[in-house]
Amino acid sequence: MTSYIGTATSRVDGRAKVTGEARYAGEFKAIRLAHAAVVESAIPKGRISRIDTGAARRVAGVLDVLTHENRPRMADTDKAWKDDVAPEDGSPFRPLYDDRIMFSGQPIALVLGEDWETARYAASLVDIQYDKQDFVTDLRQQHDQAFVVEKPDKPHGDADKAFAAASVRHEAEYYIPTEHHNPMELFASTVVWDGGGKLTVYDKTQGVQNVQRYLCSVFDKAPDDLRVISPYVGGAFGAGLRPQYQVVLATLGALALRRSVRLVLTRQQMYGLGYRPATIERLALGASANGTLDALTHEAIAVTSQFEEFSRNDTGWAALLYKSTNANYVHKLARLDLPTSSDMRAPGAATGVYALECAMDELAIALKLDPVELRLRCYSDRDQNEDLPYTSKALRECYRQGAEAFGWKARKAEPRSMRDGSDLVGWGMATGVWEALQMPMAVRIVLGANGHAEVFCAASDIGTGTYTIMAQVAADALGLPIDNITIRLGDSTLPQAPVEGGSWMAASTAHAIAATAEEIRGELLALAKRIKDSPLADARPEDVALADGRLVSKLDASRAISIADAMRSGAIERIEKEKTNTFAEDKKHARNTHSAVFAEVKVDEQLGVIRVTRVVSAVAAGRILNAKTAHSQIMGSVVWGIGMALHEETVFDHRFGRIMNANIAEYHVPVNADVHDIKVIFVDEPDDLVNPMGIKGLGEIGIVGVAAAIANAVYHATGKRIRDLPITLDKVMR
Amino acid sequence: MIPFHYARANDVADAVRMISADPAAKFIAGGTNLVDLMKENVERPSRLIDISRLPLDTIEPTADGGLRIGALVPNSDLAYHPLVEQRYPLLASAILAGASAQLRNMASTGGNLLQRTRCAYFYDTVTPCNKREPGSGCSAIGGINRIHAILGTSENCIATHPSDMCVALAALDARVRVTGPAGERAMAFDDFHRLPGDTPQTDTNLLPDEIVTAIELPALGFADNYSYLKIRDRLSYAFALVSIAAALELEGGAIKQARLALGGVAHKPWRNTAAEAALRGQRADQASFSRAADILLRDAKGYEHNAFKIELARRGIIRTLTQAAQATPQSQYDKKIR
Ligand SMILES: Cc1cc2nc3c(=O)[nH]c(=O)nc-3n(C[C@H](O)[C@H](O)[C@H](O)COP(=O)(O)OP(=O)(O)OC[C@H]3O[C@@H](n4cnc5c(N)ncnc54)[C@H](O)[C@@H]3O)c2cc1C
Ligand code: SF4
Repeated sequence: MTSYIGTATSRVDGRAKVTGEARYAGEFKAIRLAHAAVVESAIPKGRISRIDTGAARRVAGVLDVLTHENRPRMADTDKAWKDDVAPEDGSPFRPLYDDRIMFSGQPIALVLGEDWETARYAASLVDIQYDKQDFVTDLRQQHDQAFVVEKPDKPHGDADKAFAAASVRHEAEYYIPTEHHNPMELFASTVVWDGGGKLTVYDKTQGVQNVQRYLCSVFDKAPDDLRVISPYVGGAFGAGLRPQYQVVLATLGALALRRSVRLVLTRQQMYGLGYRPATIERLALGASANGTLDALTHEAIAVTSQFEEFSRNDTGWAALLYKSTNANYVHKLARLDLPTSSDMRAPGAATGVYALECAMDELAIALKLDPVELRLRCYSDRDQNEDLPYTSKALRECYRQGAEAFGWKARKAEPRSMRDGSDLVGWGMATGVWEALQMPMAVRIVLGANGHAEVFCAASDIGTGTYTIMAQVAADALGLPIDNITIRLGDSTLPQAPVEGGSWMAASTAHAIAATAEEIRGELLALAKRIKDSPLADARPEDVALADGRLVSKLDASRAISIADAMRSGAIERIEKEKTNTFAEDKKHARNTHSAVFAEVKVDEQLGVIRVTRVVSAVAAGRILNAKTAHSQIMGSVVWGIGMALHEETVFDHRFGRIMNANIAEYHVPVNADVHDIKVIFVDEPDDLVNPMGIKGLGEIGIVGVAAAIANAVYHATGKRIRDLPITLDKVMR
Repeated sequence: MIPFHYARANDVADAVRMISADPAAKFIAGGTNLVDLMKENVERPSRLIDISRLPLDTIEPTADGGLRIGALVPNSDLAYHPLVEQRYPLLASAILAGASAQLRNMASTGGNLLQRTRCAYFYDTVTPCNKREPGSGCSAIGGINRIHAILGTSENCIATHPSDMCVALAALDARVRVTGPAGERAMAFDDFHRLPGDTPQTDTNLLPDEIVTAIELPALGFADNYSYLKIRDRLSYAFALVSIAAALELEGGAIKQARLALGGVAHKPWRNTAAEAALRGQRADQASFSRAADILLRDAKGYEHNAFKIELARRGIIRTLTQAAQATPQSQYDKKIR
C-alpha cells in the first residue's frame, strides 16, 4: 500500500470550497435570525458623554439598540476577559462595557434589526457626544516613552564596547509600518439561540475552544450551554487567534433579544481589530575584517495599546543564526491610542529578521564579502540564547540549494552593475528562521467495520490544509484509502486542541492521530487474537501494522486479518478511541525551521517602478507532509513578503488618530501582475529528535526574510538603501 | 446607506423628467462608484433613477468619420470594440489600465466620467472635507495627500479625478453630449470637468438635471503613434499616481500634431495646449519631449506626500512620448513598463 504522507495530495475540502458547500461563520442559517450592525467611535480617546439611540430605535424593523448603558450583564474582571492567548499583562478590551473610548473604530453601540440593511441604516442614526481627550497614535512621537519588556534572548559580553572597537561597523534604523491581516473572509459570528439560554455560536476563529471558554467566562455560562463551531475559515493569519469583538457583540445581541443574531463586520471595521505593530528596529553590527561578528545589538520598539502589552520576539533571532562574541538585545513597547496589536504570520520574526537581514547585507557590503559568504562565516550551530544544539538545522543546505537554483554565482557584487534593457537588475538574499513548535492535542477516531474512519478534533483549518494532512496521516496510520477517512474539525465539543497558530498544527495533529491510531490497532489486535487459530495469535502490538484494510504482521506479511473479520469476532461494528498526545520534553535542543530566500528585482531606472521578477525560497522544515499544500504555504508567504516589501502600509492621519486606507482598494497587497516566478525548494531535513515523525511545520517560515531579500535586491539594483517599508517608487526615485 | 426610492427610466426624456422633479435623486448606471459612496453615507440620494436599461449602449460611426459612443456602453465593451481597437487604441489602452475586469464589465461610459475622487477624507464622513461638506475644510492639505493633485489645485481642495478613460478622451478631443429639460447640447471634453476653485463640491459642468447621453470622438484617432502609461503603487488594480496619454502625428522625424493629457495630477484630466504647441514642428526626440514636460509642469505644486509626482510626471511624459514616437505603446497586459 502506498503511503499518503509526503505526496502532493489535493485538498480533501477543495470541492466543498469551490462549490460553496463549505459554510463560513456568516453563512449559517437560523430561524428568526436577527441582524446586527456596529456603531464605531469617531474619536480615538475620551468618554461618551451622551448617546442618543432614539432615532435609530424609531426605524421600522429595529429590534433593539445596545450600548454600555443598557446591555445585558457581562463579566467585570480582567481575569474573566482573558482568553487563552491574551497578553499576560493588561486589561483585555471589553466591547460596550462602559463609556470609555480607547481607539478610533471602537464599537460603542450595536443595532439589532430584522435585516441587515435596516440595522446598518439605523446605526448611522445613533447620535454620540464625546468628551474628547488628548491622544497619540504615532510611534515616532511616542518613541521616547517606550518601556523595556523582558524577552528570552540573553545578552552576553559588552556589545557597545566591542562595537566601538570593531574594525568594520554597520549601524542603522529600520522601520516596518502597521499592517493589517485582511483575510478574504470578513469577521463574522452567527449566534443561534437554542432555547433555554443555550447557544450555538458559529464564529470565524482560529480556536473554537478558546472562544468557547472566553464566552462562557464573559457571559457566565456553563460549558454545556455554549458550543462554538467553525468548520471553515477563509484566512485569518493570526487575526483569529483571540476572540474578536464581533463574537461578544453577537452573543450579547442574542441574549438581549433571546433570539438568533448574526453580525458580519464590514471590511472597514476589520481595521478596528488587531494588526502587525509598527516597529522601529535598530541594528548595530561590529565585525572583524575576516567577517566574523564581534558585536551585535538589536533593539526593537513596537506598538501596543494603552490597555494591554502585546509583544512578540523581534530581537532574539540573531542569536539563533549568527555567532557573535558580544551581543545585546533590547525590546521595548510604546503605548498608543489604538487597539492592541496582535499576531500576524511569523509575528516578531517577519519584522525583526527583516531588519537583521538588511543589516547583514549592509555589513557584507562594508566587508566587501558576498552576502551568502558572510552568513556562512557567522553561521551558528548552536542557539546562543540557551546555548543548545539544534534538533536539526539544514540552513547551510538551504543557502547552497537556493543559490544554485537562483544562479547566484553569476551575481556581480557592484550595485547598479546588472541591467536588462532600461531596467536595473538587482539580486538580494536573506535568511529566514522560525520556531518548530508542538502542542498537546487530543484526537478521537471512530473506525467502522466497513473500513471507514472518522477523525475528530477541535482544531481549526484556517485554509492551510489541515483537513488534508490529517486525512493523509490518518489514512497511513490506519492503513486505509484516503477516501475512507473523514475529518471533523472546528467544534468546541470535539477533543481538545490548541488555537491554530505558531505553525504547530501539523506536528501536533499528526502525532495525536498516530497515538490514537495505535490504540485502535491495539484493540483490533486483541479482537484478532480471539479468532480461532488466529494467524496473529502470538503477535505483539509492535509487530503488527494496519495496511490495506488489514492487520498485518510485520514479520510475516502472510499473517493478516481484515478489520472486518477482527470486528466480527468481537461482534462489534465500530471501535472508538480518544487519546491525548503529549510530546516528551527535551530541554537539550533548540527546535527551529530555516530558510534562504533569493530575490531578483527589476527596477525602471527613470520611474522607480519595482518588479520582483524571481524568488527562490529554500526551506528546511523537517518532514514535509504534503508537497502541494506545503508549496502553497510557502508560495503564499512569498507573495505576502512581496507585499510587505513593496506595498503594505496602514496609513494613519495622526491628527484624527484614524486609519485613512481602511479598505482593500487603497490598502495595497500584491495583485497577479506583481507576482512573477516563485520557486519553492524543500531541503531534505531528517530529524528524529524534534518529534517521532520529524515534523516541524511551515505556516510561517515562508514569509520570514522575504522582504529583506527584496530590499537587499533593490539596493543591489539601484545603489539606494531604503530601510523604511514599504519600498515605493518615490523612495527609489528620490 | 439610507433608505431610498428606486425608479427605472423608460427613455432619456423620462430620465430628465424624473431628475428635474427630484433634485436629491441620482442616476445609477453600473453603480460601481455610486453604491460604494452610498454605503459610506457620502452619497445620500433620495431616489435612484435607474438608467442602465436605456438604449444608449451602441457604438456607431458618425458622418464626419468619428465615433459616437452611447453613455451606457460598458467600459469593457468599449475597450474591446473593433473600431476602437483599430482607430482609437489610445482609448482602449487607457480603459484597460483602469480598475479590474469585473469592474470594467459593470462600469458605464457616462458613469466613468462622473466617478468621484478617491481622496480618503472625502470617503470618511468623520473628517472635514470641502467637497463632501462645503465649508468644513480640506483635510488633505496638511494631511495624507500622496494621491493628490499637483496642478490646478485651490486652497479649498487638492483632490484628483481618478479616471483613466477620461485622460484618453481628453487627449482625443472628445465631446460630451448631454440632454436636459431645455434639450440637447454638446460640451468640449475640456469643459466637462471643473477645477475645484472655491466650489470643490461641484466636479463637472453638467447641470443637476442633465444626463450624459453619448461621447463623440473626432475622426483623428492617432492610431499609429500613441501610448497610455499609468504609474501606480502596484502593477495593476490601483489608481494612478500619474498617468499619461500621448498621441503624435509624425511626418518624417518631425511632429505634425501632438496631444498630451495627464491623469492623477489634477481635479480633471489635465491637458495643456501650450505644451502640445511646443511639440508641433519639432523633432520627436528627448529634448522636445523634455521641453514639453517642463511647460506642462511649470505651475505644478507639491504637498507633503505628493511632491515626487512632479518629477515622476516629467519623466513619465518623456517616456510616454518616446513610446508613442517609436510606435511601441505601453501594453496593458505585460507585467512591466516598457
Ligand atoms: C476598486 C475600484 C477600483 C477602480 N479603479 C479604477 C481605475 O483604476 N481607473 C478608473 O478609471 N476607474 C477606476 N474605478 C472606477 C470605475 O471606473 C468607476 O466606478 C466606473 O467607471 C463608474 O461607472 P458606473 O457606470 O458604475 O457609475 P455609477 O456608479 O452608476 O455612477 C457614478 C456617478 O455617475 C452618475 N451617472 C452615471 N451615468 C450617468 C449619465 N449617463 N448621466 C449623468 N450622470 C450619470 C451617477 O449618478 C453617479 O453619480 C475603480 C472603481 C473601484 C470600485
Ligand atoms: S482634497 Fe478635496 S476631497 Fe480631499 S479633503 Fe480636501 S476638499 Fe475633500
